[in-house]
Amino acid sequence: MIEVKNLVKRYGDHTAVDHLSFQIEKGKIYGFLGPNGAGKSTTMNIITGYIASTEGTVSIDGHDILEEPEKAKKCIGYLPEQPPLYFDMTVLEYLKFAADLKKIPKDKKNEMIQEVMDTVKITDMKNRLIKNLSKGYRQRVGLAQAILGYPDVIILDEPTVGLDPKQIIEIRDLIKNLKKKHTVILSSHILSEVSAVCDYVLIISHGKLVASDTPDNLSKLAAGSNNLSLIVKGEKESIRRLLSEIPGVKTITVNSAENENGWRVKLSTEESADIREEVFYKMAENHYPILEMQSEKVSLEEIFLELTDGGNDKKDDSSQKSKTENHEEEGGEQ
Amino acid sequence: MTAVYKRELRSYLTSMIGYIFIFFILLLTGIYFSAYQLSAAYPKFEYTLSALTFVFLISVPILTMRVLAEERKQKTDQLLLTAPVSVEKIVMGKYLALVTVFAIPMAIICLYPLLMTKFGTVSLGMAYTAILGFFLLGCANLAIGVFVSSLTESQVIAAVLTFVFLFAFYMMNGISSFFSEGALSTCITFGLLVLAASIIIYTMIKNFLISAVVCVAGEAVLAVLYLVNSDFFAGGIQKVLQVFNISGHFDNFANGIFDIKGILYFISVIAVCVFLTIQSIVKRRWN
Repeated sequence: MIEVKNLVKRYGDHTAVDHLSFQIEKGKIYGFLGPNGAGKSTTMNIITGYIASTEGTVSIDGHDILEEPEKAKKCIGYLPEQPPLYFDMTVLEYLKFAADLKKIPKDKKNEMIQEVMDTVKITDMKNRLIKNLSKGYRQRVGLAQAILGYPDVIILDEPTVGLDPKQIIEIRDLIKNLKKKHTVILSSHILSEVSAVCDYVLIISHGKLVASDTPDNLSKLAAGSNNLSLIVKGEKESIRRLLSEIPGVKTITVNSAENENGWRVKLSTEESADIREEVFYKMAENHYPILEMQSEKVSLEEIFLELTDGGNDKKDDSSQKSKTENHEEEGGEQ
Repeated sequence: MTAVYKRELRSYLTSMIGYIFIFFILLLTGIYFSAYQLSAAYPKFEYTLSALTFVFLISVPILTMRVLAEERKQKTDQLLLTAPVSVEKIVMGKYLALVTVFAIPMAIICLYPLLMTKFGTVSLGMAYTAILGFFLLGCANLAIGVFVSSLTESQVIAAVLTFVFLFAFYMMNGISSFFSEGALSTCITFGLLVLAASIIIYTMIKNFLISAVVCVAGEAVLAVLYLVNSDFFAGGIQKVLQVFNISGHFDNFANGIFDIKGILYFISVIAVCVFLTIQSIVKRRWN
């Protein structure tokens, strides 16, 4: 459907997109995830042909965006970060204009506009001037414009920014419904949103792809990870030795604990095995009192931050990092 | 193209700006028409129009300042440039909408000579030739305004810059008389221009060799030309500046002459400006 190869975009010395390659398949919802300034919008602007890349190619349904721009653009509906609305037009006038721009045949035009307005629930507003609409409605008008003509691919740049929670849920449901007929690419810096809506997640940082997987896979991997934090009184080396005997323990760090007469021990486990009881008995056998035991779940947000903050050096161990997801986020914000 | 054209036209005619433009042109034409034709009973409508060429200095920037600058500022150009429409068609649609708005007061002005025939003999041929010339002059000025508007995203800067350009072109006769017509000084001026051009090339492509070759070759050609035939340069600056004397090309029309050369000139100005506008939009995508 969409093939992006080796995309580079430089602004002077600044590299906004750095050798980005990925493929988008039909009938799925893709999520671009990354902090502000990661290059999400730039990538989307290049895919839609608004700006040109410094290097690399984008082809949509076999049409190169630079060589056959009109054919390629016909396959895409785009809602940019700031909806491209003319404030001096009414909603209906605007959608008619957008339909003409997309060369929708005259006989289908009115019917299609009505359908799209019903889909995004703006029929009541059709004769209002866009400048008088609230942010949420403006976003919907922009979305209506993107859906108009039922293009194969719909690209949405941060579609829920600035909306209230109810509107966010509505827009998300709408996006999920779009999946039946379209391929959807959306970008967001909000993790829960992407994991709630998307079939496939591409995490972008500093213009590079740092991880890509389905949210299902991510959450499966996430189930496997627990960190345990303890404060134990006793002899440092034997604590370390005893703990390393417990099956499933991956790493152990032992530091002197602040404000306590003991050692702060951090354990990370490979499997989803719960080792808290074993740790307790092991320490009890050797008369090493446990003053504190805390199960630390690494949140998806933390992983995301870690992945996206580090930039270059994090790329290699990204696969490992994505194992440490957790489900807290999964059902969140529904 | 028709989609962009219709939207633009509607936007001019549903907001103040189109009406202010039409009002301004009709008001000034009305004042001059009353003064020359109605009270002084002068039979040549051409005379009124030739006195009126300054209206474009103010009215054109008002109309064209937002045409592309506003799109960029409001990011609505994202809708246009990601739609399956070529940049050429977008620019043409916008330009034709401007021409249509300008055609409204011109259609009304077309009635004035007819009004005059009630009171005496009027050469309608000469009057309408002048009106045609005036219309083309306006269209050329609008094209310049569109190009300037594509350079910036600020309407104010677009308006001021358009005014500066149009004013400079309007005053071109006076400006060109500042320069000496002597062959040597013309040759030296051109030499400096070649030097400046090479420096600009150097800053753009950062290649010393190419810019040095351009500079040396350019200067050498000028020197050889000067040595072979120094008369070639006499009045050269004036000839070059005359190209920019847009309202000067209206003079023949104002005398009632149907000037084919003038028509070609105006059409060329329009074509060059539309082309440059398209290039400036396309180029921005690569930055």
